[in-house]
Amino acid sequence: MGLKGKDLLGIRELETDEIGLILDTAESLKEVSSRDIKKVPALRGKTVVNLFFEPSTRTRTSFELAAKRLSADLLNISIATSSVVKGETLFDTAKNLEAMMADIIVIRHSSSGAPDRLARRLKSSVINAGDGSHEHPTQALTDLYTIRERKGGLSGLIVTIVGDIAHSRVARSNIYALVKMGADVRVAGPPTMMPAGIDKLGVRVYHDLDEALSGADVVMMLRLQLERQGKALFPSIREYSRLYGLNSERLKFAKKDALVMHPGPVNRGVEITSDLADGVSSVIMDQVTNGIAVRMAVIYLLSAGRA
Amino acid sequence: MGNKLIMDSMGINRALSRITHEIIERNRGAQELVLIGIRRGGVDLANHLARKIKELEGIDLTIGELDITLYRDDLSSKKEQPILRKTVIPFDVTDKKIILVDDVLYTGRTIRAALDGIMDLGRPKEIQLAVMIDRGHRELPIRPDYVGKNLPTSRNEVVKVTLDQGDENRVVIEDGA
Repeated sequence: MGLKGKDLLGIRELETDEIGLILDTAESLKEVSSRDIKKVPALRGKTVVNLFFEPSTRTRTSFELAAKRLSADLLNISIATSSVVKGETLFDTAKNLEAMMADIIVIRHSSSGAPDRLARRLKSSVINAGDGSHEHPTQALTDLYTIRERKGGLSGLIVTIVGDIAHSRVARSNIYALVKMGADVRVAGPPTMMPAGIDKLGVRVYHDLDEALSGADVVMMLRLQLERQGKALFPSIREYSRLYGLNSERLKFAKKDALVMHPGPVNRGVEITSDLADGVSSVIMDQVTNGIAVRMAVIYLLSAGRA
Repeated sequence: MGNKLIMDSMGINRALSRITHEIIERNRGAQELVLIGIRRGGVDLANHLARKIKELEGIDLTIGELDITLYRDDLSSKKEQPILRKTVIPFDVTDKKIILVDDVLYTGRTIRAALDGIMDLGRPKEIQLAVMIDRGHRELPIRPDYVGKNLPTSRNEVVKVTLDQGDENRVVIEDGA
């Protein structure tokens, strides 16, 4: 039993037993990060390249630590100082990295589908670290892992995802993943942020947050992408926050032991109040810690020798 | 063709008793000892040894479970990654006397991996090796301290040790294909 493809491009293409395998493998690998010497020799001699065309702290660092804790070599290509500024195409950049014997290329790109195009033309494994508004599979797997760790399972849980569903790759990947694993998924947000036909993915759509939160086991807040959205989608940040921001009063509609999640970075006081982000229900820091184990699992599973 | 029964549950029990006595004799009791079983067969054997030591010395030994997958020397040549299982060592190995336990000793490569795995967790005072079956064909300079049975085999045979089935416990040689 292994992963079927050479790449991890999205959750949509994964089967449930592949998702289960990644989560189980991550569970075994989490122990490595609790050691004094946080390193195992499993992937000595493998090379992982971080190719990030968009800013990122969490995801890039998380992949970097994951690769290093497995003893793989890792290099970060920073786009601002690379030949991309000289006009090199994405494919040429990646082809050159492959010629340097990179085994795995981790890519983040503002265009949906960029990782997929690369994967089809390269022999190296490609991991999608977020592409446009398409998918962010390792974030969704991290979120699944965190929920499973706290709740003991995924099937039957009510999970409410709140925010800009239309433009969020985190939401899209989580919807695919949670529905596949048998969770009851609700999405909430203003109509301008709700893509047409989203209900066909097996989720229920809400425009009233209190209603969407009622009886929820997990509340997943999305970051308001202030740099992407401009002002077209809602009249003001204050109004958005009033209607769709999470605070402790609102959280009372959810189950008592509901988990509060956020993929980060948090706009404190916009989509979630500071006291909730740091409160007892919040598993935001667990998500960060677990992200390393989950990315270790993905790198480990994709590094099988291709003889 | 077919399977050959090497040890039944009685035979296994006698071997366990003898190994337990040897461990206690050599270490002058069991006070300082901890057990680490190599997943998965070694963990069953470690549990048996812990029970026997408890009977004889009245001491509950802590048992760790070690998965050696991340330390294998053939990871990069495998087409599919082996399933990872959890390593659970609920104590600090530094300055401990460790009895490392596995069901079958063969090439010695698993033990090499296990030693590296333990050393990454700390600096034990001593590591001793206990196995139920030593089937020969060593490829590394590794020898056991306690052996249930020395069993000459050919490389195409498979030795199967069952230790979690009570009266059905047994050691069997199967012809490999």
